[in-house]
Amino acid sequence: MKIDVAHVAKLANLPLTDEEKKKFEKQLSSILEYIAKLNEVDTKNIEPTSQVTGLENVTREDITAPSFTQDEALSNTTSKHNGLFKVPAILES
Amino acid sequence: MNLNQLTISEAKEGLKEKKFSSVELTKACLLQIEKHNKELNAFLTICKDKALAAAKKADEKLKNGDTSPLLGIPFSMKDVYSTKNVRTTAGSKVLDNYIPPYNATVYQKLVNAGAILLGKTNCDAWGHGGSTENSDFGVTKNPWNKDYVAGGSSGGSTAALASDMTIFEIGEDTGGSIRLPASFCSTVGLKVTYGRVSRYGAIAYASSLDTMGPITKSVEDAAYLLEIIAGGDEKDATSSPRNVPLYTKHLTNNIRGLRIGLPKEFFGKGLDIEVKQTIDEAIKTLTSQGAEIVDASIPSVEYGIATYYIIAPSETSSNLARYDGIRYGNKRSSFGDEAKRRIMIGTYALSAGYYDAYYKKAMQVRTMIKNDFTKAFEKCDVILSPVSPTPPFKIGEKTDDPLQMYLVDIYTVLINLAGVPSLALPCGFSKNNLPIGMQLIGPQFSEDKILNAGYQFEQATKWHKQKPNL
Repeated sequence: MKIDVAHVAKLANLPLTDEEKKKFEKQLSSILEYIAKLNEVDTKNIEPTSQVTGLENVTREDITAPSFTQDEALSNTTSKHNGLFKVPAILES
Repeated sequence: MNLNQLTISEAKEGLKEKKFSSVELTKACLLQIEKHNKELNAFLTICKDKALAAAKKADEKLKNGDTSPLLGIPFSMKDVYSTKNVRTTAGSKVLDNYIPPYNATVYQKLVNAGAILLGKTNCDAWGHGGSTENSDFGVTKNPWNKDYVAGGSSGGSTAALASDMTIFEIGEDTGGSIRLPASFCSTVGLKVTYGRVSRYGAIAYASSLDTMGPITKSVEDAAYLLEIIAGGDEKDATSSPRNVPLYTKHLTNNIRGLRIGLPKEFFGKGLDIEVKQTIDEAIKTLTSQGAEIVDASIPSVEYGIATYYIIAPSETSSNLARYDGIRYGNKRSSFGDEAKRRIMIGTYALSAGYYDAYYKKAMQVRTMIKNDFTKAFEKCDVILSPVSPTPPFKIGEKTDDPLQMYLVDIYTVLINLAGVPSLALPCGFSKNNLPIGMQLIGPQFSEDKILNAGYQFEQATKWHKQKPNL
């Protein structure tokens, strides 16, 4: 099984070196080959399980409560400006 | 016996009877950490000053008659729990300098109960692994033999506990991460029913599989801790609102007539002979206590690893997408190799055109696995199985071949996929004096039953009392 590591890494926003791409391609291909084992299983008419204990529609009252202060929210970033997060531009001016 | 060797119940009694103070108990643990952590690499962060200050306060409260259930008892946690103002890394360089501004629910409950945090313990980064060799901060060594892995991902937790650096530990189990290291280090470890304990504030690996549970020196301690940390939490919509039983009250029942199922698929090809012989001895002990052995079958065993290694990487690729290096944490280039591998497998499995073939297919097989357990539990009360197909392996033995490493989880991942609880406990040693563990698995929300079975076994054996020669 072939995996386009460069494409997948781009989707996942993971910067990889050329050497890493080569190494991962081999390793990921062997893992994908192994998990392809599931193709043997007949799953026709079987519902997927996502919530294993069967909880459904868990809701709570929509009430406001104290949360982080601005300082707390910014306490782990080095990328800030005037009390806000500073992010890279995504649109060119 | 040194104070740091005590169980929770022994420490509680000693504090109550004023045989020693919380400061003395805490100092004994800190001294042991100081002596052995450099070599074992169990702790990533040590909160010496904070712990001693908290112990001093606890001693005052004890003097004033405060009876909080864990008052003055020092403990440590796998470094995946958010602890306000205490560095939390998840074993990854991405969070090397991260200081959470809030507490995980489990940690908050322990603090409310009076427990004292000694520090945070090493793990495979993000919980990705079975040996702590994927920690970005170096491998944790097995206290029983330092050439061997401690297991993972909660390997720092079990190494710290087995070497008596701490009185109890809290780990996290997504595919075996409590049970595997518990069995490799000869400690008790409880993987709870999915949702029995709140996941709020625990750094997510795979959200539909992650469970939070105790790692302890005795089954009684595990039952006692579960009473404190279990329960619904409005901050975790997947936590169960069911009442929390008094698990310690269920430990006095005998196991006469308890039907123990042995699934033939768990005892077949690939199971190490020493592990098999050790488990056979354990079965004899349990039958001599009145348990009945019945045949069982979990036909989907052979698809467990493949199912798990689609679902868990898919969910982790989504969970780890939040690390943008902007709001907190370092850049995405700081992810280690295993995190990169799992992010890419998950991204691939969830990408356009592949979702049905991988993720949806795996979730369907998951239904079949869950049904296999439901069916098996019609004929037995608990299932007994090995935790790992082999005794602990050597450091470096499997690091070049990720797939070989994944296969270690063969007996543990199914339990997470089915959402059922499983208690890992020591049941012997290999001829090289390496620990061997077994697991007792029950239906969803039957922690009381498996804890009692484990407790009865523990009463008849002395494996959990053995200490490594550090």
